[in-house]
This record gives sequence, structure tokens and C-alpha cells, in this order.
Amino acid sequence: MKGPKVPGLIKGLGVTFRTMLEPKVTVQYPHEKEIPAPRARGVIGLQEENCTVCMLCARSCPDWCIYIEGHKEKRPPRREGGRERTVSVLDRFDIDYGLCMYCGICVEVCPFDALHWSPEFEYSEFSIADLLHDKDKLGEWDATKPEPEPYEEGAVVKAAKK
Amino acid sequence: MTTDTSSMPEIDIDPRALRHLADAQVNVELDTGDMILNMGPQHPATHGTLRLVVRLDGERVLAADPIIGYMHRGYEKLTEYRTYPQITTLINRIDWLSSFANEVPFIHAAEQLMGVEAPPRAEYIRTILTELSRIATFILFLGEFGLQVGAVTPAFFGFRDREYVLNLIEAATGGRFHPNFNRIGGIKDDLPWGWVAETREVMKKVFDSCNEFEDLLLGNEIFVARTKGIGIIPGDLGAAYGVSGSNLRASGVDWDLRRDGKPYLVYNELDWKVWTHPAGDSYARYWVRLQETRESARMVLQMLDQLPAGPVMAKVPRIIKVPEGETYVQTENPLGEMGYYVISKGATGPFRTKIRSASFSNVSILPWLLQGVYVPDIVTILASLYFILGDIDR
Amino acid sequence: MMLAADYWWIWTIVKVVVVLAIVPTGALVIGFVFLFKVMSYMQSRLGPMEAGPQGTLQLLADGLKFLQKEDITPKQADKWVFALAPVMVLASTFLVFVVLPAGPDLIVEDIQTGAFYALAVSSLSVIGILMAGWASANKFALLGGLRAAAQLIAYELPLLLAVLGVVIMAGTMSMQEIVSIQNTGEIFGWGGIGNPFIITQIVGFVIFMIAAQAELTQPPFDMPVAESELVTGYMVEYTGFRFLFFFIGEFGTAFAFAGLAATLWLGGWAVPWITTDAWWVNLVGVAVLFIKIMAISFLIFWVRFTYPRFREDQLQAIAWKYLIPIALVNVLATGAFKVWM
Repeated sequence: MKGPKVPGLIKGLGVTFRTMLEPKVTVQYPHEKEIPAPRARGVIGLQEENCTVCMLCARSCPDWCIYIEGHKEKRPPRREGGRERTVSVLDRFDIDYGLCMYCGICVEVCPFDALHWSPEFEYSEFSIADLLHDKDKLGEWDATKPEPEPYEEGAVVKAAKK
Repeated sequence: MTTDTSSMPEIDIDPRALRHLADAQVNVELDTGDMILNMGPQHPATHGTLRLVVRLDGERVLAADPIIGYMHRGYEKLTEYRTYPQITTLINRIDWLSSFANEVPFIHAAEQLMGVEAPPRAEYIRTILTELSRIATFILFLGEFGLQVGAVTPAFFGFRDREYVLNLIEAATGGRFHPNFNRIGGIKDDLPWGWVAETREVMKKVFDSCNEFEDLLLGNEIFVARTKGIGIIPGDLGAAYGVSGSNLRASGVDWDLRRDGKPYLVYNELDWKVWTHPAGDSYARYWVRLQETRESARMVLQMLDQLPAGPVMAKVPRIIKVPEGETYVQTENPLGEMGYYVISKGATGPFRTKIRSASFSNVSILPWLLQGVYVPDIVTILASLYFILGDIDR
Repeated sequence: MMLAADYWWIWTIVKVVVVLAIVPTGALVIGFVFLFKVMSYMQSRLGPMEAGPQGTLQLLADGLKFLQKEDITPKQADKWVFALAPVMVLASTFLVFVVLPAGPDLIVEDIQTGAFYALAVSSLSVIGILMAGWASANKFALLGGLRAAAQLIAYELPLLLAVLGVVIMAGTMSMQEIVSIQNTGEIFGWGGIGNPFIITQIVGFVIFMIAAQAELTQPPFDMPVAESELVTGYMVEYTGFRFLFFFIGEFGTAFAFAGLAATLWLGGWAVPWITTDAWWVNLVGVAVLFIKIMAISFLIFWVRFTYPRFREDQLQAIAWKYLIPIALVNVLATGAFKVWM
């Protein structure tokens, strides 16, 4: 081993000493909380009135974690003397967050904009079965979705896709 | 368990020449037997579930045998039964520390087969995010390499500084670790307002962080004594084994796919430099990655200045069926050279994908490299090669 | 002491209880202040904050947790050696405190060969570590134990030679007398701050600190406990309260070595302005000694958190090729200085 060149060792000590005196970066959860970005993929919310039970989201999910059941109902015609309409009504729309990969394919492929991302992330449960969120819970999550935000300069975006 | 050296190429360098201290046995009658040490799948030094069976003579390694496969998740089989958007989500998780960079070669392969080109703004944003992933994973390397050689503090600095970059990626893509942002024909969405200014701020922090690592570790005499001359990979031998990326550049080989391979993304529109180091030891690998982090930060700043306006998605049908054909795209990922060989038969998903991952080839040099070193040096060498188990085993 | 000699057995029990109380307390204080708070602050984080105000009760919670764990002994381990190893290590820590003075009357026994006794007794922990490494029936523990044996024995010599310089300067090995010589001494005729040996024996002090770092198996000399290779080395098979013994032993020994360094070089419990022998000097002495121990421990732990570790051969090279020759030169120079001054 060559003889010791002290400066490098002393500089290292200086770095740790300086860091000791600087403010700390710890965020003391749960007393203090960090707010994630608006686009953060925290949880998926469902806007039930838009859903037409087309099953595209359930089909395109890589994990098959969306469970959809629906039935067809007849509705009165829109105008006098018209035909009776059939609409699909959702019976069951469950997302199993124990399986969900948070990839967002379901949100993207939905043609009727019924699914939205929300940055909420505090829904840990003590039992895995409780991670299956049903239609009403997903409706609650939908209320927390953020407003569409403006884009960076130079962006030319046709539709606000989230 | 000795390593079978009959099939290895002839090399000039005598591995025993790597023994740098006294070879003399003090007392021949006390010649003890060899000990087999299993640095098993669970070990803090092996970066995941790598199993190293080493035969030791005291503290010196006589032979080492890496056993991989503990983390095999069957990616190539998975891709046979998924569509392209679903695969994009899954392959994020191959090299999970720089996940955006895993998507890029696959998407480029699919775009090549479809004959679609992403608009320039999309390519710029892709490159920015790739370089941000490179910065994120290298900063973690700079920190945890210190942890492997014994200094506990740099690891925390590494994680702390990585958080800034991850927050940036989250603001743009929605996911910190798994962005899932590429789509065939472009990227999913444009950047949010204020992102460019924030990125400039974070790049300043990256430069400060690199300077801090240089002060704390690179100039530290103990660190230098632990890493100089350890694990020297000769350049031609490394290339023969398939070692790629910063490991090869640290052995003096001037090869970077971003400049020398088929042009991809926007690297040929930027003014940047490839860093090499002649020594080829662990110190060189650390030094090269430190310089590359700074270089990536400079590239990001250039790209933010040159960011063109325009759409971020080309015109593609809603249900994407990639026409028949096969192609191979390789890119310079942070861990090394990653390639995807995609065979398509016209369906919504590929027929077969072969993933050439960088760490798989990087680890193949371990039996040769670990001969004759001390046990602490095993840890240094493993840390300096910087492989990710998800990348080895896929 | 004040009481008649008939009651010596009461005083013995009191002294034993005090030492038994001081060692874990000192270990816990050092553990909390340095291992939790200072280390966290140096790593830009806050450390434990939930247990008690600012996390002060965290070690109590950890201690209780260790005590309630299952006591596992590996099947192939040598049961008695395995069980006795932590006791050996802890015993050597306790024994060092016998000669550590905390006030003019606060010393368990002021042995005439105090410094010699302290060094001799602190080397007993090597046996405990070897026992732990061998009896664990685990190759990683064995590697750790053998590395520890080589390292600790190698670094005993610089430790000794550094203390030898102080003993030559003081002319005595008794700890109380060393303290009073530093307290009442003068530097070139000025008695303002006494004559702490750190001024004339600065080389010895540095060597002692380096050797103490190695004796405590702290980074950069923590090959036996190389966390990223051997995951606590010789202690790897110990769980529950056995590990608690090792833990208390490690930080108790740090407390003891800091106490030795404070006494031999910094003047111990004495403050130069106070030369009376009143009873309240004992309380002041305890406080002063505590402050000096904290200062020296800060040095030890500051170096611990900053530097990577040396490899075993580099470690031995430092001891044999650098520290011992420098310490020998220091002893020679001190001897010459003492004779001619």
C-alpha cells in the first residue's frame, strides 16, 4: 500500500459532517404526507353512467383483474312512435387491486371514458380479499380524480387522454 | 467443483498473475483442504437471487460457479400470449431500475415491422426519459457500490438523489418505477406543464450529487485501495464473453450503441461524448459510470433546449396488428446492450420474442474473473459489474 | 472509604451493581445517540422518531424485542461454546470498567497497574469472538471469526505501544494518578489547562484511535463483521438475547475504549480549574467524563459512517507495516523526551 494521501479521506469526512448539519429529507409519514403528481397512477375510478358493458377493459387487462357482469334492459323510445332501446346495465364491476399491475391499459382502451386514474394510494387492507373494490367503491374513487391539467409548451394534443 | 477450462478461448493473460500478494505457503504440513462456500441465493452481496458456489483456499478463491435462474419469470413465453400494449407493460419489469429503457427497443422493433415512425417530439421525449432512467439507475449504482465495499452512507445518498429523478418520471408518466409510457407510434401522452423547468432543476441536483460521490468515494484512499486493480477485464476477452455497456467501456473498448450501432432515438442530433477508461478494473467501472451520469445530465439539458413542438403520436389504427416479419433491435441500455428479436405473424401480439439481456452476458465472465481473488474482492467485483437479476433471468 | 473495613462486602456489592448498570446504560446511550441519530443525520434522514420523543425509547423497544425472541441454536453447533461466547465478550467489557475513574472517589479499584490491566482484560473478547465463530457451525461465521482473531491480535500491539507512551510520560500505570498528573501538570510553566497528554502524545492518540477502531471491529476495520459479505460475520447465528449480549458488548466496549482514551489523553474526569477534593467534584467528574467520552465516540462513529472497509490483507499491512513502527518511534521519542527534560 502506498503512503496515505490524507486529503481524500478528510474530504469524505467533510461530506458526512456537512450532511449532518443540513436539513433532512425524511417525510414523516403518516404525520406528514407527500402529494404525488396529478398523473400518478394511484387507483382507478369508475364513472358508471358512461359504461356500456363493452368489456374492452376486462379483455385487455394483462392480469385479468377486472370482473364485469351486466344484463340488457329495455328502455322507452326516445321519441314518440320510435323503437324500444336496449341498453346494457352494469351489475358488477370489480377491480381486484391485489392483482392489478397499474399499467393503465384499461383506462386507455375504454372508448367511453368511464375509467380514470386518481393519485390516491392509501387503501391498504389487512386482508387481501378486501382489495377487491366493487362498483360503489370505484365510484368513490372516481370523485377523487384530478382536473385535466395543461400541457407543456409545444404540445399539440387532440384529446385530453389521461 | 472446478471450472472446466477446456472450452475457453486461449488467452495470453495468466489468471494466476492476478494474485497480487504473497503466494508462499508458510508451512507445507499445515496444508488445509479447500472449503466450499455457498454464497446462496439470499445474500446481500449478490444483488438479488444469484447463487455463487466458490471453492476457497483460506480467503482466496480457487474457482467460482454462478448459478442463475432463481428469478426466471418466463418473459419470452409470456409475450407469446399477450398483445403489444400488454407486453410493453410487462417488459418494464425486466430491468426494474431503469424500466423505461426496456420498452424502447421492443417498441422500435414493432414500429419497424409496421413501418410506422414516431413523430420527432415523441422521439425526443423518449430519449429524455431513457436518459433519465439511465441517471436514476447509475446514481443508485454509485451509492450502493459504496455499500458493498463497506461505506454505509453513500447508499442513502444514492436513494435520496434518485428520488428527484423518479418524481420527474412520475410527473410525466404516472409511474415511478414502471412508466409504461411507450406506445407503437409514439408515446402515451405529452408532458405536463412545468416539467421542463423542473427537469432543469433536477439536473443541477444530479451534478451536485455526482460531485458529492466523487468527494465521498472516488477520492477516498480506502476505496481506491479496495477497487484499483480488482477484477480487471481485458478488453478483447470481455468482448469475446459478450460483456457490454459501461463494463466494456471501462476496459478501454470505445463502443457505444448509441453512437456506433444503427441510429435510434435522437442521439445523432446531440453533442455528446463516450467515456472510456483504459484500466478495466472496478475503479474504472465506477469512474466510467460516474462520468456517464454527468454526460446523461448534459444530454437531457440539450434535449430540453432542442425539444420540437408537435404531436406525440403517429397515425395508427386502434387495434394494432403488426404485419408479418421479423426484426432485431438492440439498444444501449444502462446495464449494457439489450436486444429484442421479434417474430410477428400478423396477429395482435408477437409470435415469438427473444430477449437478449445485458446482464446475462455480463455474468458469464464471472468464473474467469473470480479466479485467484480474495473473498472481499468477490463482493467488489459483483458490485462493479452491476447486473440486475431480473435482467439475467428474465 | 468512609465506612469501616468490616463493611467491605457491602461496598463490593454496590460497586458490582453500579458497573453492571453502567455498561448497558452507556451502551444504550452511545447506541441511541450515535448509531441511530448521528448516523441518520449523516445520511440525510431522521432516524427512529416514533418510539418515545424523538425516538429515544427505540433501543428499549429493540431490547424488549430481542428478549422475547425464540432462542435458536444451530443443530450442529457446539452448544456450550456457543452459549458461552457472548458471555466472554460481555465479561471482558465489564472488567474494563473496574479501573475507569469517574471522580476522585468513583473508581471500583484503583489498581496500581491500571492501564496494563485494562488492556489485558479487553483482549479477552478475542477468545469470545473466536468461540462464536467456531461454534456456530457456519462457514460465514467461521470466516468472520478467523478474520477477527487475526485482526484483533494484530491491533493489540499498536494499542499497547500508544498507551506505553502515556505511561512513560506519567511515570505510573495507575489510572487515578494519570488523571491527577494531567490535571495538575503544566505546559512550559503554564498551568491553565493542566497538561493533557494529547498535546505531547498526539501521535500516540491518533494511533490509539485507529487501533481502537480496529479493536471494536468498526468500519473501516470491520472485516470480521463485513455486513455486505458475511452479514455480521461471527454473530450471524446468534438471535434473541444472545445477540443482545453481543450488541451491548460492542457498544459497551466502544464506551469503555472512549473512556480509556478520555482518561489517558484528555484528562479523564478532571477539569484543571477544580483542584479541591470535595464530594461534589464526583458529580462534576461524572459529567465531564461523559462529555469527553461523547466527543471521542463521535470521532469513532464519524469515521465509521464515512469510510469503506479495508480488505484483510490491507488491514494487516496497516497494522504491521505502519502503525507499529510509528508507535515504536513514538515510544522512543517519548522516552528520550522524558529523560532529557
